[in-house]
Amino acid sequence: MLQVWVIVLASFLYLGVLFGIAWYADHRADHGRSLIANPVVYALSLGVYCTTWTFYGSVGRAAANGIGFLPIYLGPTLLFALAGFILYRMIRVAKANRITSIADFVASRYGKSQLLGGLVTVIAVVGVIPYIALQLKAVSNSFTILSSYPEIVMPASAGAVPLFQDSALYVAMILAAFTILFGTRHLDATERHEGMVAAIAVESIVKLVAFLAVGAFVVWGLHGGVADVFARAAEVPEVARRLTRADTSAAYGSWGTLIFLSLFASLLLPRQFQIAVVENVDVKHLNRAVWMFPLYLFLINLFVLPVALAGLLHFPAGTVDADTFVLTLPMAHQQEGLALFVFIGGLSAATGMVIVETIALSTMVCNDLVMPLLLRMRWLGLAEKADLSGLLLEIRRWAIAIILGLGYLYFRVAGEAYALVSIGLISFAAVAQFAPVVIGGLFWKGGTRDGALAGLAIGFVLWAYTLLLPSFAKSGWLPEGFIAHGLFGIELLRPQHLFGLTGLDEITHCLVWSLLANLGAYIGVSLVRVPNAREARQASLFIGGTDLSGHLAWSGSAGVADLLPLAGRFLGRERAEDAFMRHARSRGLNSVEELPGDARLVNFAENLLAGAIGSASARAMVSSVVSEEPLGLDEVMNILDEASQVRAYSRELEQKSLELTRATAELRQANERLRELDRMKDDFISTVTHELRTPLTSIRAFSEMLHEDPKTDLEQRSKFLGIIVSETVRLSRLINQILDLAKLESGRAEWTVNAVDVDEVIHEAADSLTALFAEKRVTLDLSGLDKGLTVMADRDRLMQVMVNLLSNALKFVPPDSGMVRVGADGSAQEVRVSVTDNGPGIHAADHEVIFDKFRQGSGGTDVLTDKPQGTGLGLPISRQIIEYFNGRLWVESVPGAGACFLFTLPRQAGDNGKKF
Amino acid sequence: MAHRILIVDDEPNIVISLEYLLKKEGFEVKVATDGDSALLQAAEFRPDLVLLDVMMPKKSGFEVCESLRADASLADLKIIMLTAKGRDTEITKGLALGANAYITKPFSTKDLVAQIKLLLT
Repeated sequence: MLQVWVIVLASFLYLGVLFGIAWYADHRADHGRSLIANPVVYALSLGVYCTTWTFYGSVGRAAANGIGFLPIYLGPTLLFALAGFILYRMIRVAKANRITSIADFVASRYGKSQLLGGLVTVIAVVGVIPYIALQLKAVSNSFTILSSYPEIVMPASAGAVPLFQDSALYVAMILAAFTILFGTRHLDATERHEGMVAAIAVESIVKLVAFLAVGAFVVWGLHGGVADVFARAAEVPEVARRLTRADTSAAYGSWGTLIFLSLFASLLLPRQFQIAVVENVDVKHLNRAVWMFPLYLFLINLFVLPVALAGLLHFPAGTVDADTFVLTLPMAHQQEGLALFVFIGGLSAATGMVIVETIALSTMVCNDLVMPLLLRMRWLGLAEKADLSGLLLEIRRWAIAIILGLGYLYFRVAGEAYALVSIGLISFAAVAQFAPVVIGGLFWKGGTRDGALAGLAIGFVLWAYTLLLPSFAKSGWLPEGFIAHGLFGIELLRPQHLFGLTGLDEITHCLVWSLLANLGAYIGVSLVRVPNAREARQASLFIGGTDLSGHLAWSGSAGVADLLPLAGRFLGRERAEDAFMRHARSRGLNSVEELPGDARLVNFAENLLAGAIGSASARAMVSSVVSEEPLGLDEVMNILDEASQVRAYSRELEQKSLELTRATAELRQANERLRELDRMKDDFISTVTHELRTPLTSIRAFSEMLHEDPKTDLEQRSKFLGIIVSETVRLSRLINQILDLAKLESGRAEWTVNAVDVDEVIHEAADSLTALFAEKRVTLDLSGLDKGLTVMADRDRLMQVMVNLLSNALKFVPPDSGMVRVGADGSAQEVRVSVTDNGPGIHAADHEVIFDKFRQGSGGTDVLTDKPQGTGLGLPISRQIIEYFNGRLWVESVPGAGACFLFTLPRQAGDNGKKF
Repeated sequence: MAHRILIVDDEPNIVISLEYLLKKEGFEVKVATDGDSALLQAAEFRPDLVLLDVMMPKKSGFEVCESLRADASLADLKIIMLTAKGRDTEITKGLALGANAYITKPFSTKDLVAQIKLLLT
């Protein structure tokens, strides 16, 4: 009955049914009635964790190690039962950020780094390939065994079979085709595959039922129950050893290692991440899964030990591979139907794993490896292409084919050297490298892109060196000496005893080194610098909640006109339009065109694209159309920095402007002063002109009159000529005084400073004016002079002052009764001289005015009624002189009671003469 | 009948020269040495023409000119302003205030006499 065509037909029928289920689920999903929006489906689909490794391998491992098969399931059980919050957080974060894969997750967490996404992808692909090889090996072996029914013949080693007679090759090709059909029929923005999940859930049921059927058959069909199986096993020492074997300490270490490994594998394997995180419909489904998935694991392991023991009891040692007991036990008892069912169960375990794994990997390869590279190659002009969704699917299809091809290649190369479980563990150890960056990324904000890159890279290298390369070496593809003597024959570099570490199994050995280095590099390099703004922002998105989803991501804007075609290129036009329409409706708008080109729209578009091409690429694509520079937090921080710089600068400016205002005020003042000075100069010149013209007027008038009328009588003539002479004298004096004043004011006057006897100077000045005093019959009283007063000063200048004051006094006192009195006294510091007259006196208002140039009193008094011959420069000049010697010159007077001009001079005046 | 001329100036020597000059020309001449007395003289003496210096104590020539022009009874009075300040603004100001002519010091006696005669004919 079990001819090859039957097996093949049954297989294809089964795959056909799966495909039908997937199609139906997709169809339902398209109509909004999701088949998988159900916690049971979610929990069942998680059963993708149980591959052929479980289906066939558990029994094999139990046959070798007793309950040693268990840790692989204790890990996930512990994870779901005790650490559901990690999953919960991962799902929330992934949903908020439209994470499409584990690579996307890591890349996104560390600042949407394409490099990091690429590295994770490479590690995942390389790491998982042995696992895929394992599935091929299992299906191909089980097919070979089953097709030789009723005989039980172990398959020849893979390498020994010619390529085109190798059933594994065909298995690989069929699985590739099936996966392509399943996973890449269309591109979905959310990268969710409802049909696939539904099919996986069904497969989980199939393989569980198949395994339970075998278990039931073995326990109750072949034996009298579980107790019977164990009792009989206990009777055979060789078999009983599996139950009682006291493990070495190293074996206990292995237990820990395996629990640890499987715990992370159930979280970090690309297919686990895909099913548990990406395909999760509702995070609440996790509540059911945390007990249902462990229950599933419990059920599928329920009969492992009985089947293994029964196999060991039934088949002579070494004749039948324990990995095949599940299949060979029914065969040995002519249970064709059961055997076929078991084969289908194994097939379902394999297809489930391969489909999800390769779809997940192809998404990663496409989004995180190929697209970023292609988009970088500007000569390809991809960024301008109208529709890239076809290209995306094409890349994924090729990725699926290539991954399965590589899996087959590994199977041919290394598959024979290991049991199923060991091959799986190699993959587990590879994905365990993601643990530090993923778990760290969820709980530690300090992780940086550089740290993640360093940790992953060194972990991956050590994994490859201690686990992957030895698997090649054991298969003969690398020299055996590599394992025995280390790289280049250096003992310390023996891959399975690195740096002399012995006493551990190879998996534990690998994990110790790779995770130690991984974690150390991740933390160490991360600590080198503080996370930059983008990393910090992503960290807070991942750790500090999920509601921020990219709100600060874009400051720029782009319109629907840019974003819709962009999304259309990756998603297809219809899907993009649908999504935009939904977005528009969610914002209360009636059409896509009404969407404002704001940051929210840009964020929406980025998220939409992130679903199709990964967050890092999406960011790159959106930034190509966003009109302004993309504004990540770092840019925001830069702007803030700039802002504070600007603030500082503006403060500086303000200060400067304040200074400027002050300077301006000063300038204005100076300008005002200048204008004032200019006006004064103008007035001065005008006044000087007036003063010069006045005598000139007289001179000219008299000269003309004398000239016109030569017969003017002699008396008149003499009078006129006298006036002319006196006006000429006045004019000369005026000119002299103006020049003198100009010299004093400009500081160009020359001073000869000596000890001057004040008394002597006063007498000399009085002597020079004796004639004038006598003429007007004015009394000059010099009796109030103290003797021996000396000051340091310029004698001639001091004389000038005295003459000026005396002649002024003479000018204003009345003839005959006039009286001018000079006094001089001194203290230790200064000498004081006064000139008192009994003239009309000076109004208080004029006390200062008279010291102004040409101001001989305002006219408010009678002082100048008889227009004195003075130039109006005498007092200003005198004051200049006295002040030059740091003295003071002023007047004290009450109108009608005479005036008293006083000046003081410091004794040492000449020492600190100041310049004007 | 000889025209009456009032000389208003605070500079004694100029007053002497003007007085001599105009008397010689046959005018009846009076002198005022400040603004206030100029106004008094103008009312009493009722001159046909005033020679008015600008720079004087107490009341400037401009103020005197203004007051004279404000007096309707002196409508026919001619005013010649005399000043040593020959700036354009002052000339304009003087003419605006109603002076008939503006002569800057130092002046030509011939020109002054000609100007006076011109105004009085």
